[in-house]
Amino acid sequence: MAFITANWNPLGDAFYRQIELYDMGWSLRDGLKDCMVAAAPYGGPIVLLEWQSQRPSPSARPQLEIYSSSGVSMASFPWKSGPVRQLGWTVCDDLLAIQEDGTVLIYDLFGTFKRHFSMGNEVVQNQVLEAKVFHSPYGTGVAIVTGASRFTLAMNIDDLKLRRLPEVPGLQGAPSCWAVLTQDRQTKVLLANGADLYILDNTSCTPVTPPGLSPQACSIINMAVSFSYKYLALFTDSGHLWMGSTNLKDKLSEVETKVRSAPKQMVWSRRPKSQQPSVVLMWDRLLLVAGVCKETIQYTLDEECVCVAELDGVRIVGASRHEMLQEVPSACEDIFKIASMAPGALLLEAHKEYEKCSQKADEYLREIKEQSVLGEAVKQCVEAAGYEHEPETQKTLLRAASFGKCFLSNFPPEPFVSMCRDLRVLNSVRDYSVGIPLTHTQYKQMTVQVLIDRLVYRKLYPLAIEICRYLKTPEYQGVSRVLKHWACCKVQQKEEPDESIARAVSVKLGEAAGISYSEIAARAYECGRTELAIKLLEFEPRSGEQVPLLLKMKRSQLGLSKAIESGDTDLVYTVVTYLKNEMNRGDFFMTLRNQPVALSLYRQFCKHQEQETLKDLFNQDDDHHELGNFYVRASYKESKLEARLSLLQSAVDEYNKAKNEFAAKATEEEMKLLRFQRRLDEEKGEALLGLSLHDTLHALLSANYHKQAEQLYRDFRVPDKRYWWLKLTALAEKEDWDELEKFAKSKKSPIGYLPFVEVCVKRHNKYEAKKYVSKVTPEQKVKAHLAIGDLEGAAEAAIERRSEGEISTVLARCSPTTDRALLERLNRARSTAAKK
Amino acid sequence: MSAHLSYGRVNLNILREAARKDLREFLDKCAGSKAIVWDEYLTGPFGLIAQYSLLKEHEVEKMFTLKGGRLPTADVKNIIFFVRPKLELMDIIAENVISADKMHSPRDFHILFVPRRSMLCEQRLKEQGVLGSFINIDEYILDLIPYDSDLLSMESEGAFRECYLESDQTSLYHTAKGLMTLQALYGTIPQIFGKGECARHVANMMLRMKREFAGSQTQILPVFDSLLLLDRNIDLLTPLATQLTYEGLIDEVYGITNGYVKLPPEKFAAQKKQGEAGKDLPTEPKKMQLNSAEELYAEIRDKNFNGVGAALSKKAKIISAAFEERHNAKTVGEIKQFVSQLPHMQAARSSLANHTSIAELIKDITTSEAFFDNLTVEQEFMTGVDTDKVGDTRSYLHYIKLGHNIDSSCVFAHVIPQVNAYIEDCIAQRDPLIKILRLVSMQSVCNNGLKQKVFDYYRREILQTYGYEHMLTLNNLEKTGLLKPQTSTRNNYPTIRKTLKLWMEDANEQNPNDISYVYSGYAPLSIRLAQVLARPGWRSIEEVLKMLPGPHFEERQQLPAGLHKKRQQGENRTTLVFFLGGVTYAEIAALRFLSQMEDGGTEYIIATTKLINGTSWIKSLMDRPEAQTL
Repeated sequence: MAFITANWNPLGDAFYRQIELYDMGWSLRDGLKDCMVAAAPYGGPIVLLEWQSQRPSPSARPQLEIYSSSGVSMASFPWKSGPVRQLGWTVCDDLLAIQEDGTVLIYDLFGTFKRHFSMGNEVVQNQVLEAKVFHSPYGTGVAIVTGASRFTLAMNIDDLKLRRLPEVPGLQGAPSCWAVLTQDRQTKVLLANGADLYILDNTSCTPVTPPGLSPQACSIINMAVSFSYKYLALFTDSGHLWMGSTNLKDKLSEVETKVRSAPKQMVWSRRPKSQQPSVVLMWDRLLLVAGVCKETIQYTLDEECVCVAELDGVRIVGASRHEMLQEVPSACEDIFKIASMAPGALLLEAHKEYEKCSQKADEYLREIKEQSVLGEAVKQCVEAAGYEHEPETQKTLLRAASFGKCFLSNFPPEPFVSMCRDLRVLNSVRDYSVGIPLTHTQYKQMTVQVLIDRLVYRKLYPLAIEICRYLKTPEYQGVSRVLKHWACCKVQQKEEPDESIARAVSVKLGEAAGISYSEIAARAYECGRTELAIKLLEFEPRSGEQVPLLLKMKRSQLGLSKAIESGDTDLVYTVVTYLKNEMNRGDFFMTLRNQPVALSLYRQFCKHQEQETLKDLFNQDDDHHELGNFYVRASYKESKLEARLSLLQSAVDEYNKAKNEFAAKATEEEMKLLRFQRRLDEEKGEALLGLSLHDTLHALLSANYHKQAEQLYRDFRVPDKRYWWLKLTALAEKEDWDELEKFAKSKKSPIGYLPFVEVCVKRHNKYEAKKYVSKVTPEQKVKAHLAIGDLEGAAEAAIERRSEGEISTVLARCSPTTDRALLERLNRARSTAAKK
Repeated sequence: MSAHLSYGRVNLNILREAARKDLREFLDKCAGSKAIVWDEYLTGPFGLIAQYSLLKEHEVEKMFTLKGGRLPTADVKNIIFFVRPKLELMDIIAENVISADKMHSPRDFHILFVPRRSMLCEQRLKEQGVLGSFINIDEYILDLIPYDSDLLSMESEGAFRECYLESDQTSLYHTAKGLMTLQALYGTIPQIFGKGECARHVANMMLRMKREFAGSQTQILPVFDSLLLLDRNIDLLTPLATQLTYEGLIDEVYGITNGYVKLPPEKFAAQKKQGEAGKDLPTEPKKMQLNSAEELYAEIRDKNFNGVGAALSKKAKIISAAFEERHNAKTVGEIKQFVSQLPHMQAARSSLANHTSIAELIKDITTSEAFFDNLTVEQEFMTGVDTDKVGDTRSYLHYIKLGHNIDSSCVFAHVIPQVNAYIEDCIAQRDPLIKILRLVSMQSVCNNGLKQKVFDYYRREILQTYGYEHMLTLNNLEKTGLLKPQTSTRNNYPTIRKTLKLWMEDANEQNPNDISYVYSGYAPLSIRLAQVLARPGWRSIEEVLKMLPGPHFEERQQLPAGLHKKRQQGENRTTLVFFLGGVTYAEIAALRFLSQMEDGGTEYIIATTKLINGTSWIKSLMDRPEAQTL
């Protein structure tokens, strides 16, 4: 096991180790010398651009090359745009090239130009002196400092909002060093001008002093902010390295490096739960790891290198090698440190003996068990396996863990199983051909979703699908998503005919669930392949998704049918309004006519929003009945009688055309009534206009216009029964009892005389009511008597009629005070009636 | 507040909690103090999801009703509009926003569309030039609102009108979406049955949406065994009839909106504390929430009103006996126990007092002659008797009341429907129009239309009495099939009535043995369909199903492997019955009765677009042009 610790170096009470990631696959003529280099974190791609300023001939074009972390070429092309100040990568592996004139060009991983944006007009004149690309929770940002010593920030390049920061007093040209900080949801610039340190935010420039910085220093010449933006390191021209928190409140340590020249690069090396964080400084031939404990480790560099800060260490990329420098995680330290007696170390030893079929295995095991730390031992081995880069070491540790697990009864299998899975995935992406040297810590931080995205972005579709299947990612998050990207890429292959692409896509995607065909179609449409897009849309099960794209492609008719299919009326409305603006009226109406669902929705829309259009619609359909209704509705909006009448006349005409006799006649009668009301209003000053016929009659009778009422009654052929009721009520209401009696005697009542009784009672006039009781038919006698409270009369009538029901009704109205004799008679009569 | 939702067969509180969570999340998206501007229509349904206290916890400080002009002043950071996606409302919002901008107040505007966003509306806001003023435009998917432990409602007033009159199937889309949400929470429903055009449409959309969501299915063991979708227009008769259950009558008489009823205050005055007794009688209507959270109400609401009195007096005895217990409490422990039960007992006593008052109010109405006559005529229509040929309306009544067993269908089979004297009288006395429309529609529905002459006569009477403007309403009723001229002499209603046993002569109101008790004799057609479906199945009534409008169908939804329910011996099936276009309380009572039948084998959860009664239903179909004064 000794060889594992061979490249360990102590730093304070911790160790630092170098892990060899790759022998680089590229062949660079001059190494990394004279190159502008940018490597993305999380084992991302590396971009190289030959250093321009030192090129003698202005006509020579620098070459831009993109490699994977293992040095496999992904793109290479001559740089034809303006001089580049800075290269960088976005969080989603896009390349940013920041030019002197402030233009930022965005390329994808394969060197395809995507888009560009500018850092502001002011920059064009003053030029960019320096630029930095930074990452924050808001996305990828760009910060520049111009020739006028002004800083401009773009927090998120996908949602570009430029912020010009306030002036820094006394700053000429570029500051001696600077960095971007993200703190408290705010992005700031920290800069040093000589010995002065400033924090620059949106509104102000504040001078700050790091606590306990050595006074010997005249100038701060380099600074580094940790991956998490929590820690800051400053390097001064006196060779001191100050380490502290970014809020400048705490000092961690200060190290005297004895090197006074400015380091080429300076980065933090920390890991989650770091025992001994450090800052890695790089000079031409020297790499210095300075720990918080003030100790240092020195490495000699035999070639030009670039440091890449990671979440849990620093990657060092050279022309021939790619290494990872990190603090040894405590689990690994415990297990592999020479003479370690940690549970994990013992378990590993036990397993080794077991493999050798040695009884010592048992001794080791017993020792672990005696301390009852077997669970911890297994845990340690599993954890350490995650930190190891070599598959062989991983396997050894996992085997040991698995061996230890056998002696535990209820050890949860989950951590072991998921670690095996994770490592399998990691080893496959670390493979030279893929070249993503992710550590387990980074992988967990990044999530499998993002890893899949990155693979997809690199067009490593088969590997991505394999991983999804292996991890049993739900289809719509995993395989389907990868396939969608594959299809989006596929539709861009210009040389293949539409037909074969559509077929290929449908064959591959056919069974995958939750595929968004409309996204693929949208991509096809963007590439100018409308026909292909339409073909692809046919596969889309969600009509809601199809419609907007169909409209965009001017396939509105198809869009309309799809909208209707979806059942989403809002979508139908959307297409209809779109069509309305796109087409001429005739065509529009014709289209609707063929789509009844859309038509009825449009009618509803017009009813509330465009009355006149509604009329046109009915006209087109020769729907005379609805036209009639339309005019009726419209007539009520008129406040002038003539206007109302003329609209009603139109309604009559339409109803006649619709052969709706009843409606036509009813409307004519209404017109007649209106005219009659007006005449009467003019003559007598009554406010009758607009009342119903019934109410008009009532008003007339109440006002003693009996003649006019009679006339209306005859003209409008009001049924006798209703007229009698009407007159009866009207007379009773004004308590015109004489007139009522006259009316009752005028001829035989078609409604009988019970209503007369009841109406009088209702007006509390029993005296009048009694007058009509005798006229009531025998069937209603009981009721009439009861109405006026004449119990005896009711009893007589009921007994006479021998109706069990009626007798019961009377009995129900009897009270304890009722005459006993009457009660007996009633009861007797009831039993006789019942026998019958 | 919502505990009662969890007591049913299906825990509907899950749905409510999901809805509350969404609401909280949205409110938190708008950081800082807020004012909500309400589309007035939404306040009722929202009350069933969240009280003001929840809003307050999330910094809602003010609430306004959406109306034109300038917004009332409020010192808040956010103004949130809670609206339905209606164009008219967008115009009002635009007006609000524009006038607010003039005041230069730095406030953030947000829109929350209920139940979903609308491109059409956003387009409108864009045209008005205010779309950019909104920080958040979101949707609050509130389709099915838990109303009680076995009842979900979309509280969509216009659903019936839109579907059957205006061919606007928006509410059906919401229905399908709502059912998808339900399935996301309660698992895929394996079987879907349905009857009617709208039911078919909803089922189609559901199946389609299921395909759309393929891959994102939830792995939940299905709670519902089947779904029954019923169009309201296959049973137009039931809502027209006067409901005779306690809850149904409260709704018929006073109207229940969003679970609340407003009652005349006089009867409740006496219950106030003695100190306040001297004060004037309250003039504000008494507002009461009606749901199963109230133990007594849950017990009596579905009883026929004739059985409510007995139940109340029984309850009164139990409660006073419980209070008497205090005399038996001797030891400190016993007294303590008694005291601990006091709040519950006091609540029960006040609940009893309330319902006794309500029952008295209703009894005044049900014992009136007018109510009795109206009911008699309804029952004549439903039993298929035409009284004009027999003689006096009221005389037949006695046959029914006295239980004379007359096979009405054979005696009066030859009778053709005529103008009904009672309806005629009611029109002559200018009774409320809706009452007339209910009765006339009922006559029409029970006779497969009215003879042309009768039809014209009624219409003319209505126009002359209530005004010509009702022409449009009559038209609407005709379009929906409620009121129509006879086109053929064939009337299917008697066959349907006989096959489905819609009329039970000996309905037992006190101890019912059949669902017909809810209408004192008439068994709601819709519920019979559900009942037959459960046992013996629709195949036995193919003939009748063909007579009712629209297709009937059965669909199966594939369940993911491993989610097939293994039914225990004797375990009941759970069926969700969805009434498209509304359901009455009496129908709900009938389904609850079926759920409780010992050998029923099926428990029902009820969902609907809206809880309706004949009055609110007819009202929703009326068209009253706003007349300019001449």
